[in-house]
Amino acid sequence: MATDAGVEGLLRELAPQVLGATIRRFGDFGAGEDAVQEALLAAAVHWTRDGLPPSPRAWLIQTASHRMTDHIRSELARRQREEVAAMRELPGADVASDADDTLTVLFMCCHPALTGASATALTLRAVGGLTTAEIANAFLVPEATMAQRISRAKHRIKTSGLPFAMPTTTEWAPRLRAVLHVLYLIFNEGYVSSVGSELHRAELSDEAIRLTAMVHRMLPDDSEVAGLLALMLLTDARRPARTGAHGELVPLPVQDRSLWNSRLIAEGTALVEDAIAKGAVGEYQLQAAIASVHDNAPTVDDTDWPKILALYGFLEQLTGNPMVSLNSAIAEAMVHGPHAGLALLDALDEPLAGHFRLDAVRAHLFEMAGDPASAITHYRAAAARTTSIPEQQYLTTQAARLRAAQPSS
Amino acid sequence: MPKFMLLQNYDGGDCLVPMNEWAPKDVTAHIDFQHTLNKQLEASGELVDAQGLAWPEAAKIVRSDGVGAPAVTDGPFLEGKEFLAGYRMVDVESEARALEIAAMSSASPGPDGVPMRLSIEVRQVMGAPTTDG
Repeated sequence: MATDAGVEGLLRELAPQVLGATIRRFGDFGAGEDAVQEALLAAAVHWTRDGLPPSPRAWLIQTASHRMTDHIRSELARRQREEVAAMRELPGADVASDADDTLTVLFMCCHPALTGASATALTLRAVGGLTTAEIANAFLVPEATMAQRISRAKHRIKTSGLPFAMPTTTEWAPRLRAVLHVLYLIFNEGYVSSVGSELHRAELSDEAIRLTAMVHRMLPDDSEVAGLLALMLLTDARRPARTGAHGELVPLPVQDRSLWNSRLIAEGTALVEDAIAKGAVGEYQLQAAIASVHDNAPTVDDTDWPKILALYGFLEQLTGNPMVSLNSAIAEAMVHGPHAGLALLDALDEPLAGHFRLDAVRAHLFEMAGDPASAITHYRAAAARTTSIPEQQYLTTQAARLRAAQPSS
Repeated sequence: MPKFMLLQNYDGGDCLVPMNEWAPKDVTAHIDFQHTLNKQLEASGELVDAQGLAWPEAAKIVRSDGVGAPAVTDGPFLEGKEFLAGYRMVDVESEARALEIAAMSSASPGPDGVPMRLSIEVRQVMGAPTTDG
């Protein structure tokens, strides 16, 4: 008897390899993906009952091939199209390695023609081996809706005429960037949601880390892949401290650092230091480097803020993203005082107009500057604009705390 | 992806005739329109839920201090047209897409197929925090 957890882990690892082999044999991503899902479900039933077959991978490929044959026969009967009958072995079939197949499937699922939402759903199913029901549950939408989303994504890939092959050299960089972005979206979806009652969604972060670690093993020399993995580990290390006893949000400066996961911090720090030493510094490495400075600081005051400020400077130059500038203003305040930070915020009024984070940071810096009345105004404005309940509660509590301290207002 | 509630009141938009005075074919066309829109949103992978609510005549208001027996009354209610009639919840890429769906819903057909220009209130559903801070 195989354990349920052991079987599930094995199935999830084999899923993209089996899909790669199936697509190379039959040349149909959409139907192949359905066939592999059916094979995975069959395996989950048989293997937990009867034990593992001698070659689990061959068992899955054979079962998926049977489903594909059934599918092609019924297609034939329905449409009388003979060309589909060619169940040919494509030239070079089964020559490519399992790692290549897994990567190729991942590149297809994260194709830039897909929206972020479609690509994340398809990646979780085709590469992560999750069922549609599990993905629907993670994103809090009905299963029928998620099934349609995945089905449309597969249709999009089919009509785009994308070959089942690794991207060419000229396409490589943007296509890999798209893959990393999707993995980051999956991680973030799990991480930011894992507050209070939504803890179960943390599984999405674990899945993103598993997939990114897999890509890192396949592309060990890509420093942005390493950077993204490091960023995930260094962020995930703080998870136990970011939620209070009542599910409330605990911001980084006041987190209980003894709850941080030191093993993940050590692993993430080593990864990012190694990646940066290799050169070609990118966005994920810089974000990971910033997270590493925070994670290795014993207290807020002992944090190497000048280093964080310098890293944000590089990140600003690289991305031009106003949210980076906003975080940079906090670092500026920690190094040169709150008024210096506040001065930087004025330039963000236009690009971040109406965004609650601008008000929240302004409130925080006004509080640092000893101006509670202005801080209260901006905490309230931020609370009115956020679309997150834990954040709204946090910001409302900050305003209430300052008001209680000065009863005259 | 953000989720949005599209709320629809009994305010009939440009249509001044209450639905129970419409010709049967117009009522059928109106209901078909809603079903079709829901099917489209399910097919696009965006529909979370769509419900119509029972009419105000069947509504109750409950008030309680958590200690004594709760007070259950038949009102008072807001003016009829401000009463919630139904909602759709959608999970979409952006607010712009939610507004687009709201516009489709607003153009629901009234008598003789004339678009009603219903007022659809678009409210974002509270979700996860956006940042670690």
